Amino acid sequence: MNSNGQVIARQLVIASDLSAARHLQGELERSLHSLHFAEADIFAIKMAVEEALVNAIKHGNQMNPAKSVSIAYQIRPERFDVRITDEGPGFDPCDVPDPTAPENLERPCGRGLLLIRHYMSEVTFSDRGNTIAMSKVRNGNK
Amino acid sequence: MTQQPRRRRLEVEDRGDIAVVNFIDKKILDEQNIQLIGDDLFRLVDELGRRKILLNFSNVDFLSSAALGKLITLNRKVQAVRGSLILCGISKDIKEVFEITKLDKLFKIHADEQAALQAF
Repeated sequence: MNSNGQVIARQLVIASDLSAARHLQGELERSLHSLHFAEADIFAIKMAVEEALVNAIKHGNQMNPAKSVSIAYQIRPERFDVRITDEGPGFDPCDVPDPTAPENLERPCGRGLLLIRHYMSEVTFSDRGNTIAMSKVRNGNK
Repeated sequence: MTQQPRRRRLEVEDRGDIAVVNFIDKKILDEQNIQLIGDDLFRLVDELGRRKILLNFSNVDFLSSAALGKLITLNRKVQAVRGSLILCGISKDIKEVFEITKLDKLFKIHADEQAALQAF
């Protein structure tokens, strides 16, 4: 870990375990703080990564302990990038209904992608849909 | 079978017939914690018969979509008993989450506890 402008990069594999996801979140937050990212940017990154990890574990891997989630992230002075891959069958992000539509507003789930897209500067999915790549340009400049 | 003692996650204070709820953990409402917190909140209505609930988020600095889901379910439970659920003390960052998801239209939200108590 360093704060002199160099890149912090990490690749890891975690179990389909929400505790493991939380541990990673803690590590990520400390790294972002060490590189003096603004609190608003840290909140945005934490939110998007939390939603993406939960999606990978709950929906992609169906909480199957035999399946894992691969994460690769880079923190550069000007941006944060992360790629999260689960071992599930994938999905089509276009199939996710709009959670802000009146008929969906009181559904207890389905808001993760909306939040990810709001908070991150760029969001892409692999063709299969089991990898999400997200970027956050620093200081809220989308 | 030995059970580990269940860690308290909510502080509930009675102000007349209003249950004022504060969250104990600061960095909470991630997926794992919210399942447990949701159970505690639902118990207020289902088992303890509370109909007026004020959730004070002053101590909360992170809230995921899973938390929003539990709040929606709690709101539905409270409405089913013709009660009232009000939220207060929400930070700017978390208020934005409610606005992005348009849930600021669903929930009654007040700036602080005093204003919220008046609203019941």
